[in-house]
Amino acid sequence: MNLAYLWGIFLGSLHAMVPITLTATGEVIGESAGLFNIGLEGIILLSAMTGALGAEAAGPSVGFLVGLGTGFAIGLIFGLVCTYFKGVQLIAGVGINLFSAGLVTFWLIHLGVPGHHAVAEESQMVNISTRYGDFSPMIFVAIALPVLIYILLFRTKLGLKIRAAGENPQAADVAGINIHLLRLLSTAAGASLAGLAGAYISVNWLGSVTKEISAGRGFIALATVVFSGLNPLLVLLGGFIFGFFDNLAVWVATMPAVQKVIPWQFVAMAPYAVTLLVVTGVIGRARFPAAMGIPYKRE
Amino acid sequence: MGFPANIGELTKTIIAGVIGFAVGAVIIMLYGYDPISAYQALFNGAFGDLYSFSESLANATPLVLTALTFAIGFRGGMFNIGAEGQLYLGALATVAVSFFHLPSAMGFALSLICAVFAGAIWSLPVAILKATRGVHEVISTIMLNWISQFLCFYLIAKILVDPQRAEKTISVAQGVRMPLLVPGTSLSYGIFLSFFAAIIVYLLLWRTVIGFDIRATGHNPLAATYAGIEKWKIILFVFITGGLTAGLAGAVHVMGRPPVYAIYSGMPSIRGLGFEGLAVAMIGRNHPIGIIFAAIFFGGLLAGGRMMQLSAHVPLEMVRVVEGIVVLFLAIPELVQLLSFLRKIRPPLIFRSKRSQDEDRRRL
Repeated sequence: MNLAYLWGIFLGSLHAMVPITLTATGEVIGESAGLFNIGLEGIILLSAMTGALGAEAAGPSVGFLVGLGTGFAIGLIFGLVCTYFKGVQLIAGVGINLFSAGLVTFWLIHLGVPGHHAVAEESQMVNISTRYGDFSPMIFVAIALPVLIYILLFRTKLGLKIRAAGENPQAADVAGINIHLLRLLSTAAGASLAGLAGAYISVNWLGSVTKEISAGRGFIALATVVFSGLNPLLVLLGGFIFGFFDNLAVWVATMPAVQKVIPWQFVAMAPYAVTLLVVTGVIGRARFPAAMGIPYKRE
Repeated sequence: MGFPANIGELTKTIIAGVIGFAVGAVIIMLYGYDPISAYQALFNGAFGDLYSFSESLANATPLVLTALTFAIGFRGGMFNIGAEGQLYLGALATVAVSFFHLPSAMGFALSLICAVFAGAIWSLPVAILKATRGVHEVISTIMLNWISQFLCFYLIAKILVDPQRAEKTISVAQGVRMPLLVPGTSLSYGIFLSFFAAIIVYLLLWRTVIGFDIRATGHNPLAATYAGIEKWKIILFVFITGGLTAGLAGAVHVMGRPPVYAIYSGMPSIRGLGFEGLAVAMIGRNHPIGIIFAAIFFGGLLAGGRMMQLSAHVPLEMVRVVEGIVVLFLAIPELVQLLSFLRKIRPPLIFRSKRSQDEDRRRL
């Protein structure tokens, strides 16, 4: 086992980290403002589809924009239901997941090849080739974004307002903050990052769309948010841990020596088992906004 | 639950349903199909004749049970979306019993027992993690669903595989299969097992002390704690009971669904039944009786969806799109009130009765 080999694993983990980190960073914004969106899985799935089609129509950067826009649109619907209409957030999230799973499968059948749609090579985003291997430009976005969001949430006035809306909406309302609007925009901004993650998966990382392309990453992102205790910088760390195990399954599958001892099905369980273990281990430390998950109603 | 409350819930469900189908029609049109012929085929295929209706009921059989899993949790203020993974293991436990050549009656009983136990055991970690560590059940159930899926892939491929046909498990023994209720259809006596379970859950939730405690916890957890209800007992009870019904769902599906009575690799026939149950529970407003009707309705959509795919060429998945939209709108608690503005719009003069015209004049 030489250094180049380990570097390869590290690089793979970085690529697997991107969708989880992006989605979890977005969800940190939403949860800070008080909205708990379990529809992220569906948003990733749907954006992977729309992003891929956007990329095929007008190039990879348009694909990313379409993914971002899809996430924003679904986030707006979720936000409207859960703020102005005082909807139950978990149920609305489930609705989004069901809708997206149905629509993407429907769309894949409509496109002709049931279950699988490969994104044309020329429509995929090109990785940056260096002496040390190929990097997706999105890796840098995924590392920079949590830092920016940290500054936004903890060093700016807007961030203070967002956290106030999640912590004590009554007081924030008295202070003149439009709670519903702020929550709506925060969750929509968060969802658009999930949309970006979806587009990254189909347009850049895996280069195809299947009905299971999101593979639980939306929920792993939720677990990452729990791990981070709503600190975007810890999201980066959590995202890397989960990315490592996500990548591990793919990496081990190529090693005949391991395959003989451990069946692939057990390796494939690893990301989910690790997520569960990590969440169990850190849960006592995490603290969440007092009003998270509760629709705001004026007295 | 009083009578007027039920009417309100029903109105809400119908409104959400209408919105769901309307949005569905728009999507069908956007993709260039004909929504009217699609919906015609859908409803004919669902409830058009005895055969269609039997197929609808057959589809409803496992959905009632997975919906109960969710409903028990929801009544207790918990969001149990683990039916999917528990159902896989229940189904495989049933198949595993047929591995041993047991006498029919014993095999039948043992198949059901093993299935419900498998479901309950898979549900146990969720309850323990929630009660001791405060792990949110949404995260733990989803992770366990995935782990269950890969575990079952392994069991199907390596342990329970049919020696003659590598793509499926061994079939459930002849004597363990449930007899068909309507010959020539997929409908077996399993449907009664589902209905029976729904009634048991109803009695449990509304006619027992533990049921009262569950509902009290769901309604106001703080007040329930002050009243001396121990949360961990409720958590344990809710998840174990939920696991039992989810495991049973796997059993009735494998034992009662012709023609294969086995599970293919990739589990195409049972995947999604857990998540569909979730939608059924929501549409049935988390009430066992409502769930029975919602499951028949939804089972009908799935049966009709096949007809829609055949005759109108609209992919079956459209049914799930509509379902997602319906659930999204059901999340809104005051859906009925939101639409009350419709009442304020006054119809044009000619459509109004003489009396209301007079009233208008008086007001002027």
